[in-house]
Amino acid sequence: MSNAKLVAESGKIVDVAAKDAPLTVRGLTVSYGNKPAVFSVDASIPAGSMTAIIGPNGAGKSTFLKGALGVVPRLSGEVRIFGKLFAEARDRVAYVPQRASVDWDFPARVIDVVLMGLYGSVGLFRLWRSRHREQAMDCLERVGMADFADRQIGQLSGGQQQRVFLARALAQNAEFYLLDEPFAGVDAATERAIVSVLKELKAEGRTVVCVHHDLSTVPEYFDRVLLINVRRIAEGPVETTFTAENLQETYGGRLAATHIDELHLA
Amino acid sequence: MSFIEYFISALFLQAGYNSALVAVGAGLLGLSAGSAGAFIFLRKRALVSDAISHATLPGVGLAFMIMVAFGSDGRWLPGLIIGSAVSSAIGLLMVEWITRKTRLTEDAAIGAVLSVFFGFGIVLLTVIQTMSSGRQAGLENFLLGSTAGMLISEAMTIAIAGALAAAFVFMLRRPMTLVAFDPEYAATTGVNVRNIDLAMMGLALIVTVIGLKIVGLILIVALLIIPPVTARFWTNQVGPMIGIAAGVGGLSGYIGAVLSAAEASLPTGPIIVLIAFGFFLVSALFSPLRGGLASALRHQRFQRRVHRRQGLLSLARREPIYDGLTLRILRRSGMIRRDGVATARGRVAAQKAARDEARWAVARRMLPDDSAIERYDGLTPIERMMTPDQIDEIDRIIAARNGAKA
Repeated sequence: MSNAKLVAESGKIVDVAAKDAPLTVRGLTVSYGNKPAVFSVDASIPAGSMTAIIGPNGAGKSTFLKGALGVVPRLSGEVRIFGKLFAEARDRVAYVPQRASVDWDFPARVIDVVLMGLYGSVGLFRLWRSRHREQAMDCLERVGMADFADRQIGQLSGGQQQRVFLARALAQNAEFYLLDEPFAGVDAATERAIVSVLKELKAEGRTVVCVHHDLSTVPEYFDRVLLINVRRIAEGPVETTFTAENLQETYGGRLAATHIDELHLA
Repeated sequence: MSFIEYFISALFLQAGYNSALVAVGAGLLGLSAGSAGAFIFLRKRALVSDAISHATLPGVGLAFMIMVAFGSDGRWLPGLIIGSAVSSAIGLLMVEWITRKTRLTEDAAIGAVLSVFFGFGIVLLTVIQTMSSGRQAGLENFLLGSTAGMLISEAMTIAIAGALAAAFVFMLRRPMTLVAFDPEYAATTGVNVRNIDLAMMGLALIVTVIGLKIVGLILIVALLIIPPVTARFWTNQVGPMIGIAAGVGGLSGYIGAVLSAAEASLPTGPIIVLIAFGFFLVSALFSPLRGGLASALRHQRFQRRVHRRQGLLSLARREPIYDGLTLRILRRSGMIRRDGVATARGRVAAQKAARDEARWAVARRMLPDDSAIERYDGLTPIERMMTPDQIDEIDRIIAARNGAKA
């Protein structure tokens, strides 16, 4: 009798489907000091989906992402990436941190930052070859930044910085992309460029998760939502989960009723 | 032989095997200090290396006492290096521990560790001065460095260790670059950030302990930090920055050691640091990339271009110009006469400026995502940013719109 069938007979079919899901989180708790920023959150991100993590400021959205990837230490909880520990599935994952998390006066050109995405595959000692540069240029092309390859990164606008970060993640050629606020403070052209790249990734069968703050664009950009306010409020497809009721519960009094009315809710 | 003659001959390694070896040793020390310091500077942890260097002193004193107790000279350099490495490693781990386990910030931890270790070290040195056995003379040279009476074996040790440290920096350059730029991202790609940070500080520690004899523990931090800061003026890339920092450090060490050998009353450490500072000063003023003079000139040129453009647009719109600088620039370039009326040349230039503004306005609507739009600074001639075909199309749109209006 096969393993799959064994599990099926015991009634845990969901677990079989989720076994190799890009991200499965059980009871994740992360705290700064003695105050949990994320408390016992469960989540399950299916392959090929585009999920927005939403919630008010300080609700632990970014912390959830960092906790899942082990960037910040976990207090408790279990995380599986494609059914494995993150350390074993690392090369299938690409992370795009918040743009403001680095010092942009760092001595690097745009192409140098994108090449950082290839450190993992090239190794730490080998020299760059022209094919690595071509790979990096292709990634810059995809985000519309090829003309800026030799620019000093300090001369870029916020939106351009964000696109360079995305290009670096593209260079990793991962199956699962996690982005922390990719649309925060960027211009309209950048937002269009990023959305179209993310939709391409999805079309190629890759999985995308974004920490997102603009509720009005959620139904247009994403197909799933994960609502967090320290605890998990709800998770599921936009059609059934992105509801006024769930938003009210996530944001509490901070979201005016009129604002909710304006959203294209399910 | 006069001081100058000796200096020149020593500079070209002609002043004897011993001083040549000391100079090469100091050069390799500077090379490793500059390259390791570059990453410490980029990681913004310059002060940690200050704590490391001050924390060496108790180790020097204790190692001396132990060696004397076992009946040896007490000034055997490898023994003193091991002692200082152990005590500064303890100091480094204490800074780490205090920062991680208490609510104190790193600068407070550095201040506490630095002063306590240094104070303890001074007490030990004072005790050693009153000891009857051992040849304690010269131990205080570890504070400011001295190459006088340096043994060949000591210079060899320093040269080899310096070369090894520089090789180690080269090997770790990629993970250290990644951690210095973006530690969170580095962690997700499998780089162990804590270990890389420790390796970085370990390199500072190695440079410090091998530099004790030549530069001294008080000033070694300068040799770690001045070369990378100097290099930063010349380049916008990590690779060249490491190279330049290594070069500045190496040259400072080499020239400084030669100078202090030529005139034995000159303390080696301070001389090396002053030479490094000379490189810094020249770079800060005269580097064409980020130096003060070049930025001032660039700013002035940019300001003139802005005024010229604004002035031409005002001429095209037949608006009066009040700004003195704008008037001066237009007058000097022959765009207006003394009484402020536009010359024939000025009218042509003004029309061109106005036409280009209108073209950009159309281009912005036509190609909102084009990178030429993003790179446009409001001043560069449109012909340099767009192809003739693009400009033709823009002109057709403008003509069609004007036709519709008429």
